[in-house]
Amino acid sequence: MDVQAWTYILVFITFGLYIGIAIWSKAASTKDFYVAGGGVSPLANGMATAADWMSAASFISMAGIISFAGYDGSVYLMGWTGGYVLLALLLAPYLRKFGKFTVPDFIGDRYYSHWARLVAIVAALFVSFTYVSGQMRGVGVVFSRFLEVEVNTGVFIGMGIVLFYAILGGMKGITYTQVAQYCVLIFAFMVPAIFISLQMTGNPIPQIGFGAQGSDGVYLLDKLDGLLTELGFNEYTSGTKSKIDVFFITAALMLGTAGLPHVIVRFFTVPKVRDARKSALYALIFIAILYTTAPAIAVFARTNLIETVQDQPYQAMPEWFKKWEETGLLTYGDKNNDGRIQYLADDEQNELVIDPDIMVLANPEIARLPNWVIALVAAGGLAAALSTAAGLLLVISSSISHDLLKKIVMPEISEKGELWAARGASVLAVCVAGYFGINPPGFVASVVALAFGFAAASFFPAIVLGIFYKRMNKEGAVAGMVAGLGLTAYYIARFKLKWIGADVSSGPEHWWWGISPEGFGTVGMLLNFAVALIISRFTPAPPQEIVHLVEDIRIPKGATGPQDH
Amino acid sequence: MTTPSNKTYWKHNIRYLIILLAIWFLVSYVFGILLVEQLNEIRLGGFKLGFWFAQQGAIYLFIMLILIYVWLMRKLDKKFNLED
Repeated sequence: MDVQAWTYILVFITFGLYIGIAIWSKAASTKDFYVAGGGVSPLANGMATAADWMSAASFISMAGIISFAGYDGSVYLMGWTGGYVLLALLLAPYLRKFGKFTVPDFIGDRYYSHWARLVAIVAALFVSFTYVSGQMRGVGVVFSRFLEVEVNTGVFIGMGIVLFYAILGGMKGITYTQVAQYCVLIFAFMVPAIFISLQMTGNPIPQIGFGAQGSDGVYLLDKLDGLLTELGFNEYTSGTKSKIDVFFITAALMLGTAGLPHVIVRFFTVPKVRDARKSALYALIFIAILYTTAPAIAVFARTNLIETVQDQPYQAMPEWFKKWEETGLLTYGDKNNDGRIQYLADDEQNELVIDPDIMVLANPEIARLPNWVIALVAAGGLAAALSTAAGLLLVISSSISHDLLKKIVMPEISEKGELWAARGASVLAVCVAGYFGINPPGFVASVVALAFGFAAASFFPAIVLGIFYKRMNKEGAVAGMVAGLGLTAYYIARFKLKWIGADVSSGPEHWWWGISPEGFGTVGMLLNFAVALIISRFTPAPPQEIVHLVEDIRIPKGATGPQDH
Repeated sequence: MTTPSNKTYWKHNIRYLIILLAIWFLVSYVFGILLVEQLNEIRLGGFKLGFWFAQQGAIYLFIMLILIYVWLMRKLDKKFNLED
């Protein structure tokens, strides 16, 4: 059977599975809708968190980016896993004890103020919309290549599926769908990695294989370093980014991970405080399976690519090469008219341009794996993109229906009314997400990186101070969030999107302290902490009942299910 | 709410956090970023050590840290009779 037929079969089966689960786990109450009834086991929650967390960027883009960035790609590996240590130690158990529905719930209650709640809602929407736009582009890329439909059609199909299970099941539907999606995506990621590792090094474990010797007895990493320097590229195992930039980007991704509302909210769904700690552990283990494999895939893919294309006649290229050329994600221009492909670091002579996004998807084809494996990767990429999109849509819809409508605008709304408002908000959110998917603001991982900067600069300090510093008051927290978010937004608008200031003064040489926009969330976070601590010194202490609330969330005893108010 | 026993529980918790987060900082920011060139002089099979920490080692140690934290807190909860 050809790739096309396999893809249709696998995508059809997996989508059927997701829809079936959605119908089985229909939400009946707002508690079901927001926190899946609060009865999810730590193991299932760990899997759901992993799927929620690992997006199209992790599945499709990350290994590709690492394969071109080499050591510099470590920022994603350490940044996106190290944040779980912060989550497990500093946030998850206390937020579970607090036991409400959303992150703005915590901020609003802890800082006893509608203003704090409102700032948190704005930040949650900001982060989620920035992030979801990357996911929809991911869905488009996968569909356009594997189902050979228009990118826009692909986005519409994705929207339809997500809408169905997010609206029907809410958090409950999403949780169990995400468990299934985790299984699909991890299987789809590991199968080709194991095949290729065996092929190239004879070792079935990719994590070990990429540090092993190839059939010629040379260590794979040394071989890749050699190949790359020969072609004029940088050595793979050492980086080009400045140390300060690597440091700040890693920190922004870690702090952002710990501040992402769609991840935090998952810890509200387990029954007990100790389950929250445990599910953070499970989540990181499930994530690490993919994250320790990605750098191996990166090395295999880059080595394979160079050996397949470098100085080979264009006419002799395999079928995958032509197919990716049609998508425009891979382009070849014969500059010296010799009919061969020169893949070189020098822009003047280089004849091959490759979008990093295609590396994971093309990898099995480059390694000549069976057709069903190639189709499996497509289904895995869709699972990754859809699970994250659904988690984000839920945050967006609960921010609107629960935090904004129920808590601020119309407190007397009935539970049934709130449930319908949540569903309406989901529809709205899907439409906005679809718009971003059709008009993507940039390539997947860089857009996602910005969402982390915003999360790091807004939520992380407000939540940590709320738990660990009893004296923190509403004035400090609000001022800190506004300052952190404002500065980060300014910096990104100035140096990344180039909306402010002249183009000539927006280049890397003008970055403050040499920090790139991706890493600037760390500076926003530091400013947030500083402003919050200073302002809180000069404004009244929080009321007694808030001090009791903080003391209460610090101990696990007496945790109950998530309370409606 | 702030009984002396709850205060001691919290103090223990903070001490665990400081130690575990110090290791977290060491393996990622120090080994993986700040000292990467120096560590790259050492080899671990086909890996340069600094590169290995940045792309593999730190992640394994992150899992260990959370595992130890879960275990320590479970013991602490029991000792202070504060289990939920």
